[in-house]
Amino acid sequence: MTSRSIGACVAIAVALVALPYAIKEVYYVNIASQILLYAIFALGLNILVGYAGLVSLGHAGLFGIAAYIVAYLLSSGHGHAVAIVTALVGSLAATAGFAALSLRATGISFIMITLALGEIIWGLAYRWISLTNGDNGISVATRPAPFGFALGDARSFYVATLIVFLLAVAAAAIFVRSPLGAALCGTRDQPRRMNALGYHVWAIRFWAFMFSGLLTAIAGILFVYYSEFISPQALALTASAEALLMVISGGAGTLLGPIVGAALVVIVKNVASAYVERWNFMLGAIFVAIVVFMPEGLVPGAMRLTRSLFRASGRRKAAPVAAEPRP
Amino acid sequence: MTFWLLLTVNSVTFGGLLFLLSAGFALIVGLMRIPNLTHGSMFMLGAYFGTTLLSGTLGIRFSFWLAALIAALEVAVLGALMERLLLRRLAGQQLAQVLVTLGVSFMVADLCLMGWGGDPISVATPPGLAGFVRVGSAVFPLYRLAVIAVAVVFAIALWLMLERTRLGAMIRAGVDDPQMARVVGIRVSQLFTIVFALGAGLAGFAGMIGGPILSVYPGLDQDMLPLALVVVILGGTGNLLGSFVGSIIIGFIYNFGQALLPELAYFILFLPMVLVLVLRPQGLFGGQIL
Amino acid sequence: MSALAVKNLSKSFGGLRVTSNVNLTVERGERRLIIGPNGAGKTTLFNLITGELSPDAGSVSLFERDITRLPIRKRTHLGMARTYQIITLFARDSIQHNVTLALLGLSSLRWNPFIALARQSQLAAQAREALQRIGLQHLAERPLAQTSYGERRRVEIAMALAQNPKLVLLDEPFAGLSIDERQDVRKLLLAIPREVTIVMIEHDMDVALDLADRITLLHFGEVIVEGTRAEVVADRRTREVYLGE
Repeated sequence: MTSRSIGACVAIAVALVALPYAIKEVYYVNIASQILLYAIFALGLNILVGYAGLVSLGHAGLFGIAAYIVAYLLSSGHGHAVAIVTALVGSLAATAGFAALSLRATGISFIMITLALGEIIWGLAYRWISLTNGDNGISVATRPAPFGFALGDARSFYVATLIVFLLAVAAAAIFVRSPLGAALCGTRDQPRRMNALGYHVWAIRFWAFMFSGLLTAIAGILFVYYSEFISPQALALTASAEALLMVISGGAGTLLGPIVGAALVVIVKNVASAYVERWNFMLGAIFVAIVVFMPEGLVPGAMRLTRSLFRASGRRKAAPVAAEPRP
Repeated sequence: MTFWLLLTVNSVTFGGLLFLLSAGFALIVGLMRIPNLTHGSMFMLGAYFGTTLLSGTLGIRFSFWLAALIAALEVAVLGALMERLLLRRLAGQQLAQVLVTLGVSFMVADLCLMGWGGDPISVATPPGLAGFVRVGSAVFPLYRLAVIAVAVVFAIALWLMLERTRLGAMIRAGVDDPQMARVVGIRVSQLFTIVFALGAGLAGFAGMIGGPILSVYPGLDQDMLPLALVVVILGGTGNLLGSFVGSIIIGFIYNFGQALLPELAYFILFLPMVLVLVLRPQGLFGGQIL
Repeated sequence: MSALAVKNLSKSFGGLRVTSNVNLTVERGERRLIIGPNGAGKTTLFNLITGELSPDAGSVSLFERDITRLPIRKRTHLGMARTYQIITLFARDSIQHNVTLALLGLSSLRWNPFIALARQSQLAAQAREALQRIGLQHLAERPLAQTSYGERRRVEIAMALAQNPKLVLLDEPFAGLSIDERQDVRKLLLAIPREVTIVMIEHDMDVALDLADRITLLHFGEVIVEGTRAEVVADRRTREVYLGE
C-alpha cells in the first residue's frame, strides 16, 4: 500500500470514528451502525462472489444461524461470552456443511444448491417453533459490555461496530493480497489451469468459504445485538438477495465495492420505506437495472471513469460482476 | 387407516400439482440452463389472476376451468415478455439471467401485494367437483382426485409433445446440445421464448388449480419455488419422467412430514436433495449443468 | 529409468475409440516428438498422461512411479509440466503475475493467507528471471490480454519451465506463430537443459523435426510408426498416413 492510500485510510477511519459525535440524531447513528454491519456481511459474501467466482444465494442462512444461536443462548440464561463463542463455532460448523455440499458444483448449480440450503435454514427457523419461536422470533434483552464499556446506547454500539468493521476490512484486505487470495482469484479465472499448476482448487475454495462464513457470522452477531431481536425474516431469500445486491451494486472483486454497496442498499431501504411501502419492488427493480445496465457495479464503474478522465490508455478492464462463472 | 389413506391421496394430489409446476421448471433449466427464480411467482400470479377472473372481470364471471386456462395464458404471455425483453438481452450470460429472474420475482411479489392485498384469498372448489367419493369406509374429496387426473393428462400431453412433435424434437435437441441445435438450423432463441412461456403458463395453471387446496396468499411464491427446485435436483433437468417421479416423492414427503413432524417438515423435504448431492452429484442435472 | 512410460493405454468416448492400446516409453533427457494428422488423438494422449482424462485401460508411469490414478495437481508436484494448444492463461493479470502463479503452485506459500504476495521479493525475482529467459522481462507489468499471441505462447512456456519440471509436455507450441516467432520459440526449446525430458506434439512436422531425438506417429489413436527421425521419415507408412490411405 502506498503512503498516500494509507493516509487516505487513516483519514476515513478518523472520520468514521468522529461520526457519531458530529451527528445529533440517534436515527442516523443507527443507520451508520447498520451500514457497517451489513458491510461486513457484504465483504464476507464478496470473498465468494467476487474473489472465488461463486455466487451464493443462501448466505443469509449463515448470517441467521449466528444470530439465532446468540439469541437462543441469551434467552436461556447464558452469558454474552458463551453466546458469542458458541455462535461463531456453530456458524463455522454450518459453513463447513454448506461448503462441503455446494462445492460439489460450480456455476449455476452452485447457486441452486446454496439457495436450497439457505431455504432449509429458513424453514427450520420458521417451523421449528419449540427451538426458534417461529415467526414470533426471539428477543435479546441486553448487549454485551466488553471491558466494562456498556453498549446500550446507539453511539457506543456504533463505536464497537466500527472497531469490528475496521478489523474485518483489515482481515479481508490481508487475505486478498495474500498468496492464498491470489490463488483464489486464479481458481475463479482458470480453474482447470490452476489444477494443472499444482493447486488444490477444491480446498482453496473451501477455505475461502470458511473465511466468508466467519465474516458473515460476525455480521450476524452484530445484527442480533443491534436489533435486539431475530426472526426468520432475516434468513429469507430476500435477505440473501439483498446481500448479493450489496456486493454487485458496489462492485464484486473489489474491497471497497461491498462497503459502498452496503451503504447504498441500507440507505435506499431506509429512505424508501419512509416514502414507499413496497421495498421489495424497489429491491427487485434495482437488481434488474444493475444487472442489465451496470453489471460491473458502482466502484469499478467509477474507477474506470476517473481513470479514463486522467489517463488515455493502458487501463485494465474491470471484471464484470455478472461474469460467467466457469464450470 | 382412513387417515393414512387420505394422507396418501393428498400426497399424490400435491405431487400432481408439483409436477405441473416443476415440469416447466425442468424444461427451462434443461434448455436455457438457468433456474427460473420467477417460477414460484408465476404459480402465484396464475392463482391471483384466476381468482379475479372467477369473481368477475369485464362483467363476465368465468367458470373455474376457463378461468384457470385464461389465467395460464396471461401468465404465459407475461413469461414470454420477460424472456424477450430481459433475458434475451443477456443471452449467454446465465448468471445475469438468474439474477434478473430473482429481481423480477421480488417485483411481482410486491405487485401482487398491491393488487390483491395481504389477506389470503380462498378459492372455491368448482361446483361440479365439490363433492366426495365413497370407497368402502373411506371418503375422498372429489376435487383432489380430479387434480390427480388433470396432472396425469398433462403429463401424457407433455410427453407426447416432447416425443412426437417437431417442437418437442427441437426442445430435446436444444436440451442435449444447444450449439449443435443452432448449427442444424433450430431457432434456439425462439425456442427459448416458447419454452419459457410454456413453463410459465403451466406454473400459472397449476397455481389456479391448486387454489382450492392451498388458497392464494402473499408468500405462496416463496413456498413453491424451493419445492420446484428440489424436484428438479432430484429428478434431473429437461427430464419429464424425473419431474414426475420427483414430484410424487416430494408430495409424499411434504404431506407426511407435515402430518408427522411439523417442526422438521421443511428440513425433511430437502433431505433427499442433500443425499443426492452427497451420493450422486454427477447424476444431478443429467450432467448437463454440472 | 525411463522418464515416461505409457503402457497399453486406451480410451473410448461412447463408441469412439480415441486412444487405442498406446505404448510409449520416453527416456530421461530425450526429446520426443509426437506427430499425426488432425484427430489422431495426440492431445487426448496428453490429457491421459496429465490426468485430465482417466483411461479405460492401461497405465502411465512417471520415473517408474505409477501415476495412473493420481490427481492432476499431484502429478505437477512430481515434476510434470504442460502447455496447452488453446491458451488459457490469466488474461486480466500481468505476465509477471501469470508466471508468479506458476511458481506459487509448487510452493507451500500458496496456502498462506497472511503475508502480502507483492512483498515476496524472492518469488518476484524468480518470476523476473523466468521472464528474462524468454526475453519478455520488459513486458513484466503488461496485462496478458495486451500482449501478442506469440508473446503469450512464450509466457506459457515460461510458466511450464518456471516450475523446474523434470518432464515437459508441449502441445503444439508453434501453432499460429509467424516465422520470427517460431525462431524465438525454437531458441527457447533448444535452451532447455538436457536433463529435462521433453515430449512435444506438433502437427507441422518440418518445424519440429530437428528438435526431436525420436518420433512417434499417431493415427486414429494408435501408434503407427516409432523411431529416429531418419527411420520415421523413410517409413512408407508415414507417407500413407499423411497422404491418405
